[in-house]
Amino acid sequence: MNPELGNFALALACCMAAGQAILPLIGANRRDARLMALAPALAVGQMLALITSFACLIHAAITNDFSVQNVAANSAVSKPLLYKITGVWGNHEGSVLLWAMILSICGGAVALFGRNLPSALQARVIAVLGGVAAGFELFCLTTSNPFARVWPAPLDGQGMNPLLQDPGLAFHPPILYTGYVGFAVPFAFAIAALIEGRVDAAWGRWVRPWAVAAWCFLTCGIAMGSWWSYYVLGWGGYWFWDPVENASLIPWLTGTALVHSAIVVEKREALKIWTVLLAIGTFSFSLSGTFLVRSGILNSVHAFANDPARGVFILGLLALVIGGSLLLFAIRAPQLTTGGLFAPVSREGLLVLNNILLCSICAVVLTGTMYPPFMSLLFGKTISVGKPFFDATTIPLAIPLMVFMGFGPMVPWKRAQMWPVLRRLWWAACVALVALVLATVRMRDILPVLATATAVWVICSSLADIAERLRLFRQPLAYSWQRARSLPRAVFGAALAHAGVGIVVLGIAGMSQAAHRIVEVHVGQSEMLAGDSWTLTDVHPAEGPNYSALVATIEVRHNGRLITTLHPSKRTFASQHQTTTEVAIHTNLLADIYGVLGDRHGDDANPTYVLRLHYNPLAPWMWLGGLIMAFGGALSLSDRRVRVGAPRRAKTVDVVVVQ
Amino acid sequence: MTRKSRRLWLVVACMIGLGSAAALTLNAFSSNIVFFMAPSQVHAKPPPADRTIRLGGMVVAGSVHREKVKDTPVNLFDVTDGQAAVTVRYEGILPDLFREGQSVVAVGTVNPDGTFRASEVLAKHDETYMPKEVAEELRRSGKWDPRFGKAPDAASWNTMTAADTPKKPATQTPDGN
Repeated sequence: MNPELGNFALALACCMAAGQAILPLIGANRRDARLMALAPALAVGQMLALITSFACLIHAAITNDFSVQNVAANSAVSKPLLYKITGVWGNHEGSVLLWAMILSICGGAVALFGRNLPSALQARVIAVLGGVAAGFELFCLTTSNPFARVWPAPLDGQGMNPLLQDPGLAFHPPILYTGYVGFAVPFAFAIAALIEGRVDAAWGRWVRPWAVAAWCFLTCGIAMGSWWSYYVLGWGGYWFWDPVENASLIPWLTGTALVHSAIVVEKREALKIWTVLLAIGTFSFSLSGTFLVRSGILNSVHAFANDPARGVFILGLLALVIGGSLLLFAIRAPQLTTGGLFAPVSREGLLVLNNILLCSICAVVLTGTMYPPFMSLLFGKTISVGKPFFDATTIPLAIPLMVFMGFGPMVPWKRAQMWPVLRRLWWAACVALVALVLATVRMRDILPVLATATAVWVICSSLADIAERLRLFRQPLAYSWQRARSLPRAVFGAALAHAGVGIVVLGIAGMSQAAHRIVEVHVGQSEMLAGDSWTLTDVHPAEGPNYSALVATIEVRHNGRLITTLHPSKRTFASQHQTTTEVAIHTNLLADIYGVLGDRHGDDANPTYVLRLHYNPLAPWMWLGGLIMAFGGALSLSDRRVRVGAPRRAKTVDVVVVQ
Repeated sequence: MTRKSRRLWLVVACMIGLGSAAALTLNAFSSNIVFFMAPSQVHAKPPPADRTIRLGGMVVAGSVHREKVKDTPVNLFDVTDGQAAVTVRYEGILPDLFREGQSVVAVGTVNPDGTFRASEVLAKHDETYMPKEVAEELRRSGKWDPRFGKAPDAASWNTMTAADTPKKPATQTPDGN
């Protein structure tokens, strides 16, 4: 019964989305208030229907309803409850449904929180979201229905890929998807603005919070994904420049550029056409990112669906959405009024530089990701590009980006003098120079040294920015405190986000100095790595809920003092005939001590074990910095300027009559 | 500053940004692209010692053995495409799905003595999966043609022993399975 209810709710949502795509658009064109008023109602209705549908699928998974094919293929009675729930989106059908649900929640959010928008703009935004949602829901219904039944129903399911049985992966996809899908809202705003033929400061102000919110989720999602691959895959790496990882990095780069260029639209009414293009581009990259993951064009560990019918459908959907929006852009963009030009040394000048550099990095990553598949498609050559390529291309572009990033928040709008800015930043520059010297002494290569110095520079200049605004150390502390309370939260948010970038880069630079050893030892034998002595003291078998494990005990001592005891293990999942390695990590926030248990060799009387030992300096900073960045974004979203004081449109002849 | 010079500044900044991106990309492409090679190609035309390549093929049954150099385990195995075999040396833990008689991709460099020093060994998280490059190479070497059915069963490669696989490129291909 329940799966049918879910299926019906999904079909209902698809119909409502189709209505949502068409009716408000007609209403906005005819200035028909009743038709436009349908938009929020349909968006909320569609959201509720999809939430119901998703709840039905979760219910089927929890109650072990193996007559549902999706549950039978991906779940099992013995699976722990958490993974029964998270397993729902650990497969193709479920993840498409999750994607559609998040999109409908975005539409619902625009309906509920966008009441201060002019109703014609709101109606058009919701209509565009409805159109995209209808496409995805149709895809879900026709080619990958999660509610399809199987007869006869098996007694037990096949269980899911043991690699996915992990708390990190449980929450990684929803957050990443929210990031991807969240950029649908700025996209819808861009399309609505193109239909209206008008972009002004108010538009920039409306679109920015949505872009920032999506950016926060995407940042968190990428950080979590990187953390997952660090501790689950057990290779000691955190970013593999895998096509799927790049597919999330590319919209992140353009999304970051969007978040910054929207400021220029809001404050200076410039860069308008460019911002619209960025909004379209970011969502297009998000969509293509999903497409690349789902279609298996780029083969990688993430591709769990290789079905050509789905690929063709998604390809058509992509062509429609991306091609259609770019066509609309080409037709309407010349009609948008262009903004003023501005001086190179000014806040907006630096924001333009930020956009140029971010888009250059994006272009490089895109080229590196797409070149191998194109070469194999066109010329039949099998080649691949990896970490050396991306290191050699992205880091030289990221370093100037970071240097300018330090200046950005300090430089005034319109016209600025370099000298006062430099005077405020001299100490940050000094600290960065000290860091440069220290790094040169301690590190081997040139790029990590430069990365360290620029990261320190970014962190210090963010601190200098806040200190300057608070008049810290120049006025009494009580005065500074008062200023801190009256300062908009967005200022702290931006400084935090920038400092977060610095922390991430420090973490990456630290990881370039990581040490590792692979050893084969008897129980009781000690090995040295990074000044610590690692002793394998015990290996014993253990039983889990749906696996059996071999657990090792490794004691790590520094000068005879016990630092930590690691318990890496190897799990064997009987139902899938798979083994997974469980990494043991001990962190003191400055470095990770990371141990992996490998194969067992030798005779039973005196076996040897292969161990992989890693010492990863500053590793936790990469994810900590990512979280700080996302938190900074969230802080600027909580600014009261975003919530109250609805911006008013610039008066022009073409004002749509509201009520 | 005039309007014209401001516009010029903007254009120059864009040119520098995208130009340097293009220059970096081209430069990196010339030195950092990793080519896929099959064992017979490695024999026919060994790449320079500093060039990283991806070597793909089937692990020859019975060829996997280990050495121990100063507590570090070294895995040695032969990779074949049915025409020639290359011995791979890999310091590290072989992936969970590494099996004799199944497909594998190793990333690394070719030593002057003709052996392969792998820095990474990839076996996919799926026992029935065969990397695209390996499948393509099997087809080229005449081991398998997609027109005549699906890829040879992994088990049939198990029956192929090191003796069947000439170390040097052979004039005639061994019997297809």
